[in-house]
Amino acid sequence: MAQTAERFFAHDAPRRTAPWRSERVRSVVFQLAIVAIVVAIFAFFASNAAENVHRQGIASGFGFLQREAAFEIGNKVVPFNPANSYGWALLVGFVNTLTVSAVGIVFATLLGFVVGLARLSTNWLVSRLALSYVEAFRNTPLILQLFVWWDVLRISAPPDREAWQPLPGVFISLRGVTFPAPIYHPIYLWVAIAALLGLIAAIALGAWARRHRERTGRGLPSIWIGLGLVVIPPVIVFLAGGAPLSFDVPQLLRFGFRGGESVTPEFAALVFGLVVFAAAYIGEIVRSGIQAVSRGQIEASRALGLSRGQMLRLIVIPQAIRIIVPPLTSEYLNLIKNSSLAVAIGFTDFLSVGNTIMNQTGQVLEGFTLIAVGYLLINIPTSQLMNLYNRYMALVER
Amino acid sequence: MRILKSIGRSLAVGACAWAALAVAAEAGPTLDGVKNRGTLVCGVNTGLAGFALPDREGNFKGLDADTCRAIAVAVLGDAKKVKFVPTTAQQRFTALQTGEIDVLVRNTTWTLIRDTDNGFNFASPNYYDGQGFMVPKKLGVKTAKELDGATICVQPGTTTELNLADYFRSNKINFKPLVIEKLDEVENAYFAGRCDAYTTDRSGLAATRAQKASNPDDHIILPDVISKEPLAPAVRHGDDEWFDIVKWVMYGLIGAEEKGITAENVDQMLKSDDPEVKRMLGVSAGLGKALHLDEKWLYNIVKQVGNYGEIFERNVGKESPLKLERGVNALWTKGGLMYAMPFR
Repeated sequence: MAQTAERFFAHDAPRRTAPWRSERVRSVVFQLAIVAIVVAIFAFFASNAAENVHRQGIASGFGFLQREAAFEIGNKVVPFNPANSYGWALLVGFVNTLTVSAVGIVFATLLGFVVGLARLSTNWLVSRLALSYVEAFRNTPLILQLFVWWDVLRISAPPDREAWQPLPGVFISLRGVTFPAPIYHPIYLWVAIAALLGLIAAIALGAWARRHRERTGRGLPSIWIGLGLVVIPPVIVFLAGGAPLSFDVPQLLRFGFRGGESVTPEFAALVFGLVVFAAAYIGEIVRSGIQAVSRGQIEASRALGLSRGQMLRLIVIPQAIRIIVPPLTSEYLNLIKNSSLAVAIGFTDFLSVGNTIMNQTGQVLEGFTLIAVGYLLINIPTSQLMNLYNRYMALVER
Repeated sequence: MRILKSIGRSLAVGACAWAALAVAAEAGPTLDGVKNRGTLVCGVNTGLAGFALPDREGNFKGLDADTCRAIAVAVLGDAKKVKFVPTTAQQRFTALQTGEIDVLVRNTTWTLIRDTDNGFNFASPNYYDGQGFMVPKKLGVKTAKELDGATICVQPGTTTELNLADYFRSNKINFKPLVIEKLDEVENAYFAGRCDAYTTDRSGLAATRAQKASNPDDHIILPDVISKEPLAPAVRHGDDEWFDIVKWVMYGLIGAEEKGITAENVDQMLKSDDPEVKRMLGVSAGLGKALHLDEKWLYNIVKQVGNYGEIFERNVGKESPLKLERGVNALWTKGGLMYAMPFR
């Protein structure tokens, strides 16, 4: 816009236009006016809200975050008890939402790719099955699906006293899956550090092997060496530390199980529901991405004599990824936001903690602000990371 | 039209307040309004088993509904002259403030703010409720203090969750809450065995047990009460005459039970030698006039609706699906809180 205006001015400079006829002046004035109107509307609502809050004697500010929460949270990754503050309760909810989102995204991506590839299968049954899956889950409300999964779990799982025991110490019941957990020992920290160092070494080796192959044309079995680097050092550290391994085995007491770790049915139903729902969309994104790769590329790879697997891995997917990533990013963001349906099936997520706090403190404006900021804190980095990946995967033109 | 009416009514309330300064016991607008209309307009719950729930013919049944009927009998002499207005938790106070209803009998907890800032007066509670726990009988739990480590189903709310956490904290025991928004879902989760216990107001527990349990006898409501919820009939500020009537209808119901006056024996009781019974049933005149009611007001109530104990047993007690114990709702002479002021 600005450029055309400049060109326009450069040509017609001698014929001076009146300022109200000038395109540039007009566009600046209009834009300023729109900004002023938007700011005025926001200022009006903000001052109205502030005045009403003041007039009704409703408390304001974020001081309440330090007050005692006085309620309990059922499922938590971060430790919590009712004596902790509202701020800490929000953090517990935030971490719960993060956990559900992260697990959900990983599984939704895996399932989505499988479904997308199955949709393109030449096997009639496989492609039709994938199609019916996509249509069934894309066209029904997520909240309904969540209730169905949760009810299925509730109806089919046995009560805690009749829990299935697929392995000793592992119990599957209405209370979820309860399994033995290793009791923490200081050596575990060193095992983790060894594994991390091994991972870094493996990545470095991979990069070096790639350059080496490009330079000399000779490949290294870097995957196997890398795997060895990740696995062997931690095992050595663990054995050197005397292999301290004892388990906290869950026991059935009067009220459910005590000890061990467990995955609750609410968490399972929520993650499963989100994964199945998002994977239907991701499947379509993957399918359309693959179909967008020009047919000539596939024909060329066939002409080169590549197998179907090689063709997908080396020719099709690298090109499809560029098309897949931007809509996939939106799908991830949707999954994160959809996780807020958790409260309907009894999983305490960020939104449900926020709702409880608003209910108790009456500070609705602050509460909504915090909830919005919380979701932004998850979603903005997610989309930034995906953009980075997209740039990395973009077609490099030489 | 309604707005005009309510403006008129509030002007009348103001006028009455002035008049009341001059002459004590001046007739108030609510009583006159009810008499002129020929029906009592009573705000009740939209549907709560045992308190106010329409049956198949659309007649409201329940403790609250019968309290409304008792007031109608006292004023109009006929238990059928009640118009029930179902109100939600949000609507109920506005309905009373604007004069849409004459009295609110809707399992409403009597609190300080409602008694003052919201502009209401509360009569004697017709049910003392409190938050409690329901557990499956087979767990063999006798008191809530044994629930250490239990998973407890609860609806998110302003106080239920807090009372729960407070109770367990003060008893230094642990629990895992399962917080679910919808009532149906939280009930399903409990009956499926996802939770060891379910907590809400005890009358609500009884209603859930009666309506949803496949076998209600498999579940017990623990004796522990962890919060106070006195449910009382409410009237507007500014009409003392009407407030007195509603208050004394409640005392009348309780007093009749105390004296053993029932729907069946009320006619024989007219021949009683007890001077208080004589005053209550209008054999010795005076009390009805003081309330600006018919001298037979309480006789009519007991004859048509029954005494408090009869109303209780019929709607929420042993004769009802809820099967609630009298507990704190027993007469003060039997260790409960139901206490009528002296009839003299």
